[in-house]
Amino acid sequence: MYLQLGWRNIWRNPRRTMVILLAIIIGVWSMLFLGALMRGVSEQLIRNGIQTLTGHIQVHARGYRDDPVVDHRMTDVQAVAAALADALPPGAHWATRVRVNTVASNARYSAGVTLVGIDPPREARISFIGRAVCEGRYLESGNETGILVGKALMEEFETQLGHKVVLMSQDSGGEIASRAFRIAGIFRAELEATEKQYVFISLSAAQKMLKLGPAISEAAILLPAQGEEGRLAADLQSKLPQDAYEVQTWQELLPLVTAVQRLYDGFIFLWFLVVFIAMGFGIVNTTLMAVFERLREFGLLRALGMKPAGVIKAILTESFFLLVLGLLAGNIIGAATISALANTGIDLSFLAHGMEYAGLPRIIYPGVYARDAVLANLVVMVLGLLVSLYPAVKAARFKPVEALAHT
Amino acid sequence: MKSVECRNVSKTYRQGRLEVPALKEINLSIEKGEFVALAGPSGSGKTTLLNIIGGLDSADAGQVVLDGKSLDEMNPSRLADLRLYRVGFVFQAYNLIPVLSAIENVEFVMLLQGVSSDERRQRAKAILDAVDLHGKYDRRPAELSGGQQQRVAVARAIVANPSIVLADEPTANLDSSTGKGLLEIMKKMNEQKKATFIFSTHDRMVMDYARRLIQLRDGRVVDDQVK
Repeated sequence: MYLQLGWRNIWRNPRRTMVILLAIIIGVWSMLFLGALMRGVSEQLIRNGIQTLTGHIQVHARGYRDDPVVDHRMTDVQAVAAALADALPPGAHWATRVRVNTVASNARYSAGVTLVGIDPPREARISFIGRAVCEGRYLESGNETGILVGKALMEEFETQLGHKVVLMSQDSGGEIASRAFRIAGIFRAELEATEKQYVFISLSAAQKMLKLGPAISEAAILLPAQGEEGRLAADLQSKLPQDAYEVQTWQELLPLVTAVQRLYDGFIFLWFLVVFIAMGFGIVNTTLMAVFERLREFGLLRALGMKPAGVIKAILTESFFLLVLGLLAGNIIGAATISALANTGIDLSFLAHGMEYAGLPRIIYPGVYARDAVLANLVVMVLGLLVSLYPAVKAARFKPVEALAHT
Repeated sequence: MKSVECRNVSKTYRQGRLEVPALKEINLSIEKGEFVALAGPSGSGKTTLLNIIGGLDSADAGQVVLDGKSLDEMNPSRLADLRLYRVGFVFQAYNLIPVLSAIENVEFVMLLQGVSSDERRQRAKAILDAVDLHGKYDRRPAELSGGQQQRVAVARAIVANPSIVLADEPTANLDSSTGKGLLEIMKKMNEQKKATFIFSTHDRMVMDYARRLIQLRDGRVVDDQVK
């Protein structure tokens, strides 16, 4: 009975119903779509951070993070490899690196960069560099002379493929170490800052230049899926001497990204709240109008024997139908717009510098979390029914004779 | 058992600082099966008295007993049950739920009572036939004339076998011929179902149909005659 009455009543004033439905549809769509965009940005920030050499977990000699110099190096590489083999799940990849600050220079220019000595085949499985080379070629294992530089750095140095770059740093003996390398490949990265900051040579070339022997600066790990890094990092730490090694997750290594992720979580929550408040006023207003126009009718229902709770139920049923229709359409439109952008994304390359300054990717792809969609729908349904309680209770409180007196 | 008893019933309406006494110590009793008209000019208190008898409003003083049950001891939920099972209402206008058809309007009270759908449909059709609305079951109120709407209201009022039907100026918006037809139907229902009918009216025709006429003036019973 309530369903029949509720459904028919919402179509008594089709124009008003369409207006409130439109408000709900737009509200739900914006919650889903903008939520997906914010999630997408957040996801890409994390993905970029992880792929730009961070990985999910890193192992360093204790003290390296505070002072990333060759003195803080891991000499017992076998112990590290054994611990990794023991702790990591199937599908995880890891690679060892030498990473120190250096000065790169050519005949005209010089700049402070981070030298990364990599094991090319292993590195390709865990970071962006394996697929980022746009000119020339990727490094091979044991290549003692080749260097990969970023496109932005190449342009800054006004150099090109095949030309030399000199790297200068401090070796393990505290002496100045300097070597020339020939540009074997140019790489592109999401951020121009990455192209300017990093140069890559082979692990063996770095170890020789810095007189490290077999020692490394870090081991980086890429897991098959996110979520387990905290537990795995703790497990790994327990397998290595605490005083000699420190194991950290990407959340600890990229505190800014973690903070931005939390910020976006907050934005999404606030956006949902703001949209709902705006929508809620519309729902209350529409329901109040619909109720007070029909107050006499509610008086008639009370006269016939419907209890006050029945009046509340009748009004909430009408709101329920409005919410269900609005949610259905809003979800369909949201899903359509999100899937339309899933492949192409929103290209903001024309704002590349601004986006990079904010740490944002150039192309934004929406990221859909079932949790966000469920939350948006629940928020609208539950709060929508809650705000409808006000006009419903107001109508139910009228004495039958007072309601019947309304025309 | 008396159908209705009013003992020193008084009601005063307050509009700001102004107090308007609508009923002043009304005493009357109505037997089961009576066909009674409460008559009087506008403002005499007849609609107020009808509303209080039906539990739509409450008296400020005195006691109303309906079928042996005192109304002033009842909360809104119990009053709703009383109206659902024991009282039928016919109002002057806006009697029907606009989004329900004639038969759905008649079934509505039985639906609230929890009657099964087959029985509801059967009884609703029978009562609509009895009020000469055969074949018009699925018409919405907007598709019925004023007289037809009132007949649906009478059918709804009587279908759940209430012990009392309260009709507040049911013929006021009808022409005399239609009004007479409605009164004939209500008289027939009164005779067949033995339900007590109480009208509030200032329509001479209704007063003529009533077997007992209670005259009110300024909130008091000034005359009470059985014909």
